[in-house]
Amino acid sequence: MSKMLSKIQWMKLLVPIVSVVLGLLCGAIIMVAAGYNPLLAYGSIVQSIFLQPYYTGETIRAMIPLVLSGLAVAFAFRTGLFNIGVEGQLLVGWFASVAAAIVFEGLPKVILLPLCIIAGGAAGGIWGFLPGFLKARFKVHEVISTIMMNYIALYTTSYLIKNFLYTEGERTPTIPSAASLASPTLANLTQGSRLHWGFIVAILAAVAMWFILWKTTRGYELRAVGFSPDASKYAGMNVSRNIILSMTISGIFAGLSGAMEGLGTYQYMMINSTFTGIGFNGIAVALLGLNTPVGVILAGALFAGLQTGGLTMQSVAGVPVELIQIVIALIIFFVGSSYVIKWALLRFSMRGHKN
Amino acid sequence: MPYAIEMKHIRKEFPGIIANDDINLQVEEGEIHALFGENGAGKSTLMNVLFGLYQPDEGEIYVHGKKVRIADPNDANRLGIGMVHQHFMLVEKFTVAENIILGREPTIHGRLDMTKAVKIVSDLSEKYGLDVDPMKKVEDITVGMQQRVEILKTLYRGSDILIFDEPTAVLTPLEIKELIDIMKRLVKEGKSIILITHKLKEIFEACDRCTVIRRGKIIGTIGIGETNPSDLADMMVGRKVNVRINNAPYEPKEKVLEIRDLTVLDSRKVKAVNQLNLTVHGGEIMGIAGVDGNGQTELVEAIAGLRKVKEGAIEINGNDVTNHKTRKIIEAGLGYIPEDRQKHGLVLDFSIGENMVLQTYYKKPYAFAGVLNNKVISKKAKQLIHEYDVRTPGEKTLARSLSGGNQQKVIVAREVDRSPQLLVAAQPTRGLDIGAIEFIHGKLLEEKEKGKAVLLVSFELDEILHLSDRIAVIFEGRIIDIVNPKETNENELGLLMAGRKKEEAQA
Repeated sequence: MSKMLSKIQWMKLLVPIVSVVLGLLCGAIIMVAAGYNPLLAYGSIVQSIFLQPYYTGETIRAMIPLVLSGLAVAFAFRTGLFNIGVEGQLLVGWFASVAAAIVFEGLPKVILLPLCIIAGGAAGGIWGFLPGFLKARFKVHEVISTIMMNYIALYTTSYLIKNFLYTEGERTPTIPSAASLASPTLANLTQGSRLHWGFIVAILAAVAMWFILWKTTRGYELRAVGFSPDASKYAGMNVSRNIILSMTISGIFAGLSGAMEGLGTYQYMMINSTFTGIGFNGIAVALLGLNTPVGVILAGALFAGLQTGGLTMQSVAGVPVELIQIVIALIIFFVGSSYVIKWALLRFSMRGHKN
Repeated sequence: MPYAIEMKHIRKEFPGIIANDDINLQVEEGEIHALFGENGAGKSTLMNVLFGLYQPDEGEIYVHGKKVRIADPNDANRLGIGMVHQHFMLVEKFTVAENIILGREPTIHGRLDMTKAVKIVSDLSEKYGLDVDPMKKVEDITVGMQQRVEILKTLYRGSDILIFDEPTAVLTPLEIKELIDIMKRLVKEGKSIILITHKLKEIFEACDRCTVIRRGKIIGTIGIGETNPSDLADMMVGRKVNVRINNAPYEPKEKVLEIRDLTVLDSRKVKAVNQLNLTVHGGEIMGIAGVDGNGQTELVEAIAGLRKVKEGAIEINGNDVTNHKTRKIIEAGLGYIPEDRQKHGLVLDFSIGENMVLQTYYKKPYAFAGVLNNKVISKKAKQLIHEYDVRTPGEKTLARSLSGGNQQKVIVAREVDRSPQLLVAAQPTRGLDIGAIEFIHGKLLEEKEKGKAVLLVSFELDEILHLSDRIAVIFEGRIIDIVNPKETNENELGLLMAGRKKEEAQA
């Protein structure tokens, strides 16, 4: 019996791995069909990420918001909710952190930096709280309301920047260094990449997710409500409160993701005409990472690596950088069709068993 | 004459378990053949092999004397084998007729011929005495009628061998009687029937022969005329079955539950419980007898704080808990075994350990300052698994993977271990096999003997009669009579449940 269980768990782990392999393989086929050399292309990605400090730094830098967004999606998913609104929560978090930095300019770093990070998390939290409240109180489906909230966030932040924090170049002024996560040390270490201290925030957030969900009574409740709202209600839990709480915590993770962009990568916020895409990639990261904190970090690393290393693919192998988006899309496709992969793996392992 | 079905040396193995081990089964033409065994004995596996859902690892199948290979349900259908599943496979938004013809629709010029479909269905339903309304939507008809639709589906596809997979689990006593009449009529019309069941009563009312299966092996096939219920039960369980009855002295103590003039609305805003009064004392089992849909569910939900009380009051241990939060009521002394164990009693994707503390996880010693103490939870779960004989590899196993009987044991363990003053048990043994029923009845009686109050709601009259100290008959949301189980019988109770007053019932 325990042997069978471990087999099922193995299977679970194998699905994302097989998906990644298949995605890369199909990407290679497309490259060959288009007349490029896939070995050279993939080789350039690996080479740049692992041997060129600049790309290593940029990969870790790109990981930070991806991991936080992935955690946001995974946290909500673990409690039975589908938070499509990470993108919007990220935007308001980004804005709030930058706005706080500019408004409170002059405060010492020990106060200002935590304040800005908290502001970003809080703004995301509010943006998650609203759909959670609507769902708990009026049964508005969170997928619909979070998508709407994304647009509200996109245009509201643009409006606020234009009217209150505008500066040359369609953006806010640069934040004071007392609010910045950027680090000359880290930059020097990685030949001038934009790597910043936000990676510590991302790691802490992953630990927080694990701790909250699996070590606290609140997390026990959240998971119970996620699996079975009915049984939770019968056991005396407050289902509505847990839905709101879950969306709020998820929103905080997403808001932090935005704060990392504002305080770390860019040091300002631009007027976005479209979504950043990071929040949506968070869905894929969570899915590929099986909604576990460690999985999200690994999946975030993979996506960040592909995106960053993909830039060198063009210069080294002449492969258009868009192709890496196709590879990412293929990986997501294969994870999505995990049922087929599980079926194939089962067939394969059974045949092996008989012989 | 060849057998309608003959299965020889069937073996089916799943990882870690042999579900069917060298099984031989012979079903004669025109008989009702019971396949009798505990939950998890391998009955359904065997029938799924016959219906083409599983491939046997070894063995042969003969239909009407001819060796066949059944690769999928389509093959089974072609061979005239039809299955009425326990969980209906109907499209709720479709009409009865649409459901029956689905997959083999009569057409006219390439278009669906609904007139013909309705006629076919009416003819079939008349021929076999299966009363249905072809034009009604499935979501609007009773469970009993939905089952008749399932039967008609197999008949429409020309089946002459029908497999019924625990068909009575979802039916009321009256519907069970109707179903047995239908089965007898089908046999008279030349069909052969295999009835999968773990209920003795049905076997003796309906069947000609019975094959007993235990832990994947055939114990024997026996004519119903040559055996009796107690022997057959022993055969199934593999040891002497001890039917528990409540023979501890009846010494009621102080009031534990008091319900006064309670009115509760159902989901359609109709009064489901109407000015109901009821008192349950410590040291007694109060049975609630009634036909399904007379307010039992709403009454229990109101006690547990899951449904709003419109008027009236509920007191537990002298504390008013009317319209209190469920957690408050649990803390006031309520233990609750809900009717739907999978939906309401367990978080199926939680481990057994996590399920064991579903109401107490936030309390010491299971948690301190909001942080769970998984070691203590694990230890408690192991202890309860042992004490309540839950058959599982360990406390980390998901509740989903347990059999129905073991799932119910987890719930009973959790509720009884909290030692509540009032234990409400709603249909606590529905769908369970004799071994598990025996165990749960024993636990309810133990609680009574410890001086706790037990409110038992059940559609099984036997259960009510065997266990209760007093029986309250519920009809249209009111308690219309309270009777002494020693001075009544099934007939009288049946009449009371239909709304007759006692004087009329005795006349």
